Amino acid sequence: MQIIKDKQIIDDNWNYVADEAELVAGNVSVSFPRWQKDKADLLAHNGKVGVRLGAVDCVEDIAADLSTIDLIELAVVDFADGRLFSQAWYLRNRFAFLGEIRAIGHFMPDQVFYLTRVGVNAFAPENNDYLPFVLSNLNDFSVKYQKSVN
Amino acid sequence: MYQYNEIDQTLVDERVTQFRRQTEQFLKGEITDDQFRALRLRNGLYVQIHAPMLRVAGPYGLFNSTQFRKLAHIARTYDKNYCHFTTRQNVQFNWPKLEEVPDILAELAGVQMHAIQTSGNCMRNTTSDHLAGVCVDEIEDPRPYCEIIRQWTTLHPEFDYLPRKFKMAVSGALHDRAATQFHDIGLHLVKNAAGEVGFRVLVGGGLGRTPVIGQVIKPFLEKKHLLSYLEAILRIYNLFGRRDNKYKARIKILVRESGLDKFSALVEKEWSQLRDNNELSAARIKAMKEQFIAPAYEDNANVDESYAQLQETHKAFATWVKFNTAAHKVPGYRAAFISLKAPETPPGDMTDIQLDAVADLADRYSFGEIRSTHRQNLILADVKQADLFSLWQQLASLSLATPNIGTVTDMICCPGLDFCSLANAGSIGVAKEINDALDDMDYVHDIGDLKINMSGCMNGCAHQSVGHIGILGVDKKGAEWYQITLGGSSENEAAIGERLGPAVAKDQITLAITKILNVYITNRLNDEPFLAMVNRVGVTPFKEQVYANN
Repeated sequence: MQIIKDKQIIDDNWNYVADEAELVAGNVSVSFPRWQKDKADLLAHNGKVGVRLGAVDCVEDIAADLSTIDLIELAVVDFADGRLFSQAWYLRNRFAFLGEIRAIGHFMPDQVFYLTRVGVNAFAPENNDYLPFVLSNLNDFSVKYQKSVN
Repeated sequence: MYQYNEIDQTLVDERVTQFRRQTEQFLKGEITDDQFRALRLRNGLYVQIHAPMLRVAGPYGLFNSTQFRKLAHIARTYDKNYCHFTTRQNVQFNWPKLEEVPDILAELAGVQMHAIQTSGNCMRNTTSDHLAGVCVDEIEDPRPYCEIIRQWTTLHPEFDYLPRKFKMAVSGALHDRAATQFHDIGLHLVKNAAGEVGFRVLVGGGLGRTPVIGQVIKPFLEKKHLLSYLEAILRIYNLFGRRDNKYKARIKILVRESGLDKFSALVEKEWSQLRDNNELSAARIKAMKEQFIAPAYEDNANVDESYAQLQETHKAFATWVKFNTAAHKVPGYRAAFISLKAPETPPGDMTDIQLDAVADLADRYSFGEIRSTHRQNLILADVKQADLFSLWQQLASLSLATPNIGTVTDMICCPGLDFCSLANAGSIGVAKEINDALDDMDYVHDIGDLKINMSGCMNGCAHQSVGHIGILGVDKKGAEWYQITLGGSSENEAAIGERLGPAVAKDQITLAITKILNVYITNRLNDEPFLAMVNRVGVTPFKEQVYANN
């Protein structure tokens, strides 16, 4: 599978591991509840660790752990739920997270310009065929009126 | 008024390009109805009963003559030769073709206009006092701050997918003509004890299904903190506003359910971490103020004697001056209302011919500027008293001089069942019927200051809950019925109208209104206005008459 990261289409080298499943080799991402439950095991894992947040998760609750995490996935179920924009802003701005922030799932290609501005730097749309189109939408606007992350 | 720079122009041009692509994708079936809905709403495009409706932004109600001519051109070329002015100081076209909307938006961008965020669950057009900069009771001109807010809200990356729509209004005068107490955020320029001007910030006000008067969250906010404070409120709302029920998703519900103290504490905590790095610089405010400098008023405009003489000799002119003009801070000038409430026209509607003619009048008499008001009229804000007679004559020839501003026939009215897919009942037809029943202008003038607001459904686009008389269309088993409220106000003494009783049938609503007016005429004390009388006697005397035969 491929994703967009830092305005490039690249191969995805992360695996999401479901809550009850065994960890796999390499870079793994897990749900926020699993992270909270299995933090010690995950930190001992041979590979990088990412955490998947839903719209209801509070970024502040993971702030103290961010230095040990390389990827935050923001899972979009409903593109109209704009909480992820503030979650991304908090991660980058308030908590200075330097790792990858990836929007996954049901966001609209038309939203990626905004998502980039609030600090999301990777995109995994549901349909891989959309990748070139998503990439082109990153350049929808060349100007901006207000401060944000970017 | 504000003139676009290269950044502003690039932004609206790129938005047109983006929406053209989105429309083409939709027409080719490449994006879903749901997705396109979210995208088109953020460009002002609704799907209505007959056709799409396009809402064009009138930034805090300001237009120039070039823009009016463009609206006329759009009405002629893409619509049925008219448009409609709304309570958010915007303009609506009721008959555009979906595939032509990108072309309309491109035409608008050519005259520094757009339809960005005029609908959808995002920050909407900021509204303001229609007499900003010219009124006699102003603390400070709110327009520079409106423009700063317009820019900050436009394409804000974090707050474009809010739980629900979000409306702000700014007032800079002692008398609140912008209904700031009924907005998600109301900003009122005030002076503190030290004589400094800042903002009193209200939050959680709103109309619609659950009318709520906004509460003061910050009695005095320094100007430099304006944007950081707005950002803090918006972030808390974006994260904690309800998304499970669209009828409970406005910020007023969040404020009510969490309590002002708790909500305020969340905002304060967020703001404390933002404000130092997000100050609005004095230089930025100064530069913005320079965009709103007063036009070149003539000295001694008040020396003219014809104005007084013509009022003596022309009673109709004198009446128009009394009702349709307002005091101006510069001696010898007045602000002239253009009534869009002629008896024969739907409230707020204007033809292409009228738009072009008003553009010419604005150029000739008012420095080329036109304003829209939240009561769906227009204003030429800077007219010399010596020009008023000539202006009045020309407006009269265009059916734009009905001397009814602030009177019972100056109704706020939504498009209702005639156009809107949300409506339960008609409103334009009822407005016409009430107008026909009140065809005696002397009677209308005798009644004086009385605001009727009428909405065709609970969404309350015409602000019925704050009308002195509010009329709300409801559906009863497929028939159109109307609930009446009395005593509402969106001005300084903000109040939500009290329900008079059961809804009345469509064929009874005009009779009910005339009975209410008769109760007022019979029972008022001297010059007591309608609202004061309702506040004094309550709704009972009115109720007794309206429901006398039931």
